[in-house]
Amino acid sequence: MALPAAEAVSQAVLAGDLLTFPSSSGEKVLCGPGLRRQGHGQLSGHALAVCKSGVVRHKEPSVYWVDSQQKRYVPAKGEYVIGIVTAKSGDIFKVDVGGSEQASLSYLAFEGATKRNRPNVQVGDLVFAQFVVANKDMEPELVCIDSCGRSNGMGVIGPDGLLFKVSLSIARKLLSPNCDVMKNLGELYPFEIVIGMNGRIWVKARTIKHTLLVANVLESFGNMTTEQRKQVFKKLSDNVP
Amino acid sequence: MEAAGAEGQQQLRPFCCEHNLLSRPDGSACFTQGDTTVLAAVYGPAEVKVSKEIFDKATLDVFLKPKVGLPSVIEKSKEQMIRNTCEATILTALHPRSSITIVLQVIHDSGSLLSCCLNAACTALMDAGLPMRSVFCGVTCVIDSDGEILLDPTTKMEKEAAAILTFSIDSTEKQLLMSSTKGSYSVEELQQCVAMCQKAAEKIFQFYRDSVSRKYSKQSE
Repeated sequence: MALPAAEAVSQAVLAGDLLTFPSSSGEKVLCGPGLRRQGHGQLSGHALAVCKSGVVRHKEPSVYWVDSQQKRYVPAKGEYVIGIVTAKSGDIFKVDVGGSEQASLSYLAFEGATKRNRPNVQVGDLVFAQFVVANKDMEPELVCIDSCGRSNGMGVIGPDGLLFKVSLSIARKLLSPNCDVMKNLGELYPFEIVIGMNGRIWVKARTIKHTLLVANVLESFGNMTTEQRKQVFKKLSDNVP
Repeated sequence: MEAAGAEGQQQLRPFCCEHNLLSRPDGSACFTQGDTTVLAAVYGPAEVKVSKEIFDKATLDVFLKPKVGLPSVIEKSKEQMIRNTCEATILTALHPRSSITIVLQVIHDSGSLLSCCLNAACTALMDAGLPMRSVFCGVTCVIDSDGEILLDPTTKMEKEAAAILTFSIDSTEKQLLMSSTKGSYSVEELQQCVAMCQKAAEKIFQFYRDSVSRKYSKQSE
């Protein structure tokens, strides 16, 4: 089904639908996740083919993408993820990030690490790291330092706390700057949180009970409407000891 | 969520589906056509054994579990049909050296099992967010002893039919992706069946569209 892109915004589309652009406008169009470029035989002008079912979104001036729900993470360069160290082999750690392949993390990619001064990372530790290499053809590689050599919040995630998994869209919503769930929750129970783009979230609050409460709220808020969320927060704030 | 199909033999039986009902797979769906129900689960793109990996594409596996007993040759042949359809529509080149697994469990079989499996598999693939060239659906029709063509047969209609034909149809150009037929029929009858099934496929695609828009309207808040 071919739709002009301007009309398709906020509409549900299936894989295989085409978003057409008028050939007259010479503007460049940025093709986001869920869309692929496609040549267009009969109609003149270029078109984007939808490859994931979901809702089309648009951001001025020319970015189009498809919002779709996914549980399985696919590594992408520059994204921050929480990984679990599964093996130490020679100079690198093998880290499970939830994708189709394990990523590799060099022991030199930590702040202040040298060949003599190795970082204190054991098998089973959680690391918060960034992808430097992540494409479909190569093994993904992680680092725990930024381009200036500083750790910038990355590295081994401290002792205790709870790691749990949510869908990718919930993790992205929590990372948005105006997330009111985080603000409201922080007012009720102070907590430390690390959110990975691979859907993994690590939480640590003052007591184990608070940690579990925060984890439960974050896991379930994705399925609630705004009304239900307000009710949950009201109930929680009444019960704060 | 439910959607109605009309009653009557020239039309499809009422169908409905449920998304994301299992917590462990990356995508899951339960598709019901009349009384035939199939539960599908999709895992992928996930790790693959080195012996099975393909360097430029994802490895696709389909498993069909019958309601009772162990899977046998009939299930194997249905698995291959479903696998060929999925191979044609999933963009496996985007995930080389990984595996995509589709597991189908027959909950109840009262006719048109292969097309219900295809529909369940497609819905689960959409739920898992795997990149696809188009969506597909399965439609079964029978030619009975009077030469009449009837869609979406029940088990009784299948037993009494002269021929049973199942087609899987893609959504972009309504082309045939797979056909599996049993019985004897003429060339004209085959072409009539294909035309009827292509028309019936429109309803199923509209149902997919409605279920996707319902699913995402809830998320938008």
